[in-house]
Amino acid sequence: MKKCVLHDMFEQMDNVRMTKFGEFELPLHFSAGILQEHRAVREHAGLFDVSHMGRIRISGESACEYLDYLLTNDVRKMIDGQLIYSLMCYPDGTVVDDVILYRLDGKTFFMVLNSSNIEKDISWITLDNPHHEEAGLITVENLSESTSQFALQGPQSASILDTLGVDTSSIHRFSSLGSVSVSGVNVMISRNGYTGEDGFELYVDNKDAHHLYLSLLEAGRAFSLLPCGLGARDTLRLEARLPLYGHELSDEITPYEANLGIFVKTETTDFCGRTALLSQKEKGIERSLRGFEMIDQSVPRAGYKVFLQEELIGKVTSGMKSPTLGIFCGLMLITRSSNLKFNDSVEIEIHGKRKRAKVVKTPFYRRGGS
Amino acid sequence: MSGIPGQLKYSKEHEWVRLDGNLAYVGITDYAQESLGEVVFVEFPEVGEQLEADQEIANIESVKAASAIYNPIRGTVDSVNEELTDAPELINEDCYAHHLYILKDFDMSQFEQLLDASSYIEYLETL
Repeated sequence: MKKCVLHDMFEQMDNVRMTKFGEFELPLHFSAGILQEHRAVREHAGLFDVSHMGRIRISGESACEYLDYLLTNDVRKMIDGQLIYSLMCYPDGTVVDDVILYRLDGKTFFMVLNSSNIEKDISWITLDNPHHEEAGLITVENLSESTSQFALQGPQSASILDTLGVDTSSIHRFSSLGSVSVSGVNVMISRNGYTGEDGFELYVDNKDAHHLYLSLLEAGRAFSLLPCGLGARDTLRLEARLPLYGHELSDEITPYEANLGIFVKTETTDFCGRTALLSQKEKGIERSLRGFEMIDQSVPRAGYKVFLQEELIGKVTSGMKSPTLGIFCGLMLITRSSNLKFNDSVEIEIHGKRKRAKVVKTPFYRRGGS
Repeated sequence: MSGIPGQLKYSKEHEWVRLDGNLAYVGITDYAQESLGEVVFVEFPEVGEQLEADQEIANIESVKAASAIYNPIRGTVDSVNEELTDAPELINEDCYAHHLYILKDFDMSQFEQLLDASSYIEYLETL
């Protein structure tokens, strides 16, 4: 089992519930519980330890071109300090991983990976991809085990960082500052997250991780911040319709099917998977990720079958009872030929019984109301 | 963990049964609600349905996972606790005060074979 640096501290906290997540054991929730933690992030602030995510640094004269080939988004357009979301695809257009890429400077990039994909991704980047012979020109350093990563999320996040001496007005959405002092600790900060709220991610050397986490928790107290676990992270991201690898994305799903075409820039230079994705677009994309809301009350879960009359048209990729909206809802990957419009009904098989659901707009939750 | 009420009987699947006249109330134990976490939905058996012992019937859904409920003794569903439809969290607040459903025409010998409180406590210690 892998442990994050704060694992032992969390385990000692009152009423924490730990859970297995891939190779890691992580807090599912703290004493407040998932629903309160979720609410805290929507209304005030929440602090997540997301150190289980993978972190690598990629550097070299040709790093920009090399990454531009590996990623579907446009790396060449990036400026220093900027970060982008991107898919990393196989030649057949399915997804190796979805990542956040930071450009630190013209020759140095920083990439955040899904925890379950760290080894696979590094192997893909350095050995397995079709352009791997050019990998010798770049350096890939795995910082996953020497650094920690925290997400401070919610409408009060900026105010909390301001009290710790950070000028958050200078950190714009999807940008980062490489070296900021937070409570005496040297940190890389970016303004982004996985909750649908304003928020920041903080990257720090392991030696300073405890101090930084506790400082944020302490500074957040006056703003009703709660420490949050994986449970709230999942319901928050799903309300905001943010994909989770292994659910909405996988090596059997393409970005187009997951409705993430906006992050695929086929009009610019070549990238791995481009030919297959262009061809898929030309032939017609057969499946589509749609939002649904249950009409019959029941909790939909990943893997449940979706029917249109008697025809099996797909399956649920993620489902929940939305803590903010109080509805049972989720995402489903279904055949596009079913041609469903909003409010059209489908049936989801839950514990052997068909339950009615209707197609709805996503995201389920949008900051500032929708 | 809060106390295990002495007057109830228990199954190894962590359901409790309480007799009241010729009715048997069925709920889940504190151990079960603790393991589940925050309950967001309870799926009931149908009123009038005849249930076998150890039959998987209802489902309790917490924020993170679904958990099957195994009917502890044979009987016919007399009614379900509709209060939990709107407020499933009551199970977390006091699982012994909020039953899931009530059985009639139940099998008394199966009821007798369930664990009493002290045996259930001993059983919990082996987990």
